[in-house]
Amino acid sequence: MNVRAITRNLVKPASWKKLLNRRAVFDPHLNATHGTILYMEDVTVSFDGFKALNKLSLYIDDGELRCIIGANGAGKTTLMDVITGKTRPDEGSVFFGQTIDLLQLSETEIAQGGIGRKFQKPTVFEHHSVFENLELAMHADKRVWPTLFARLSGEQRERIDEVLEIIGLSVERVRRAGLLSHGQKQWLEIGMLLMQNPRVLLVDEPVAGMTGQETERTAELLTSLAGRHSVVVVEHDMEFVRSIARKVTVLHEGSVLAEGSMNDVQNNPRVKEVYLGE
Amino acid sequence: MLKLITRYIQRDTGGNTLLGVLALITVLVPVLNLVVPEGSALHLSTYTVTLLGKYLTYALLAVALDLIWGYCGILSLGHGAFFALGGYAMGMYLMRQIGGRGVYGNADLPDFMVFLNWTELPWYWHGFNHFGIAMLMVVLVPAALAYVFGWLAFRSRVTGVYLSIITQALTFALMLAFFRNEMGFGGNNGLTDFKEILGYNLHSDATRAALFVASALALAVAYITCRAIVNSKLGRVVVAVRDAESRARFIGYRVEQYKLWLFVFSAMLAGIAGALYVPQVGIINPGEFSPLNSIEMVIWVAVGGRGTLYGAVAGALLVNYAKSYFTAELPEVWLFMLGSLFVLVTILLPRGVIGLLRRSSAEAAP
Repeated sequence: MNVRAITRNLVKPASWKKLLNRRAVFDPHLNATHGTILYMEDVTVSFDGFKALNKLSLYIDDGELRCIIGANGAGKTTLMDVITGKTRPDEGSVFFGQTIDLLQLSETEIAQGGIGRKFQKPTVFEHHSVFENLELAMHADKRVWPTLFARLSGEQRERIDEVLEIIGLSVERVRRAGLLSHGQKQWLEIGMLLMQNPRVLLVDEPVAGMTGQETERTAELLTSLAGRHSVVVVEHDMEFVRSIARKVTVLHEGSVLAEGSMNDVQNNPRVKEVYLGE
Repeated sequence: MLKLITRYIQRDTGGNTLLGVLALITVLVPVLNLVVPEGSALHLSTYTVTLLGKYLTYALLAVALDLIWGYCGILSLGHGAFFALGGYAMGMYLMRQIGGRGVYGNADLPDFMVFLNWTELPWYWHGFNHFGIAMLMVVLVPAALAYVFGWLAFRSRVTGVYLSIITQALTFALMLAFFRNEMGFGGNNGLTDFKEILGYNLHSDATRAALFVASALALAVAYITCRAIVNSKLGRVVVAVRDAESRARFIGYRVEQYKLWLFVFSAMLAGIAGALYVPQVGIINPGEFSPLNSIEMVIWVAVGGRGTLYGAVAGALLVNYAKSYFTAELPEVWLFMLGSLFVLVTILLPRGVIGLLRRSSAEAAP
């Protein structure tokens, strides 16, 4: 988001109106002025004495594609749980943009506010069609009464069609989601995230169980999303990480072990020590 | 708009069959009962009319249960409580209509209160002599209980078997409470000996026929309303909650709110069913709160096929017809039959009778 676009949006009266209510806090144009969209500082989470996260600090830039790698138990999933409000840290702070304290918000508020998460196991609504899955995920008034009377506008239909195009499932639009292949379900889930117009996409092991071709398409999809969204990918598959990553963060025992380009990280002596036992 | 309606109607063959049948019997049953002379082979006895009317109120109750169980996955084993509360509200109105014609001839107090040596009407009985207020209570009391119960349960994310057990406990607790004379609802005798509704004699054929028609209309309206709900976006959200609750939460839906309002609505329908049931059977007592009743309702829905609404109607009618038949012919085996029916349906027909019909028609089609 360049400065001109920001100022343009700020002078629009609509933007000012938005500033006055709570939702405005989430307005994507207002919060990323320093280029960083997600701040985690000194976050500690312990489960019965075991520190899943240990004074972890992580900064995600606006529009970047970040890969997070690490062995089992390094804290990758806990990290996502903290950002999405599922787990509350014992210490530390987590900010979305400059002003929004994520620790004060519920899971639902965070999801509505612009942080979308894709789970490890693909969970789509199996009894709904692909189209309906996207419709349900769409950014809209999600309270009970408005939902009862909700009708799709032409604009919303177009948006769904657009996302169907992006995730390559246009042909499958009326198909029941439960009948999709594993890879297609993963894409549908990414599509569902996109429908929420998230600022940040958290993607947990997107290529687990995918065929080579599916993995390739997923890599294309994720790289194409970066820029418009910040994408954070947690992945085991090093080949895949190498193919998409610009910046990699290595987690180890709940803290950041190394950060940098894939090459830097691979040549980092501490990473070698931990992973290769050298 | 018209196009939307026609498409909507075409998609729901089962439901339209139901609505068609309801329209037909709404006309036919009163005619066969009131117009066709008693000696004729086509004459329908008032006993049968009342029995059918009772079945229809059960069907309405089954629709209410299917709405939350079939679509939202909330298995309530205590829906009889809402049905009974609606029934009690109606019963209180009917008690007040007796006036001075009771055994004790007390115009201000129902017989059982005179019997207990009470001197004045408890505060919560006031207003029930007005039909409008009583009807309001028919929906408000079950709704309020469902709201409080649901708010506590869903907010604490109680789901599955645990929720079912608590609903069971709820209806059991209410049963014990209503058994107590001090509660002021007639103790274990309940409320009975009704005379009139809105000034019409409850025992006349015409009133019976009118109550039957009211039950059929209530079922039709409830069906259409529930169908509109499950076909709306809210309906899709609710099914999403059933299939993947935490996913729905992450998408940004406040799952507990959806469950709560659906539960409250379902309780209101159950209350209406109870209110239509009581004047037809002529009595309401704490036995209606019995957990067994609530479990039976679940069996109706399971037998008919959950998640279709009209399947619940079919199940309620089938099982209750079987019950009427077998409790008369082979009373000692009925409970065994009911139990094995539930087991067999769960194992062999997870989608109920409707699922079986659908499957056979799908096989018949090329």
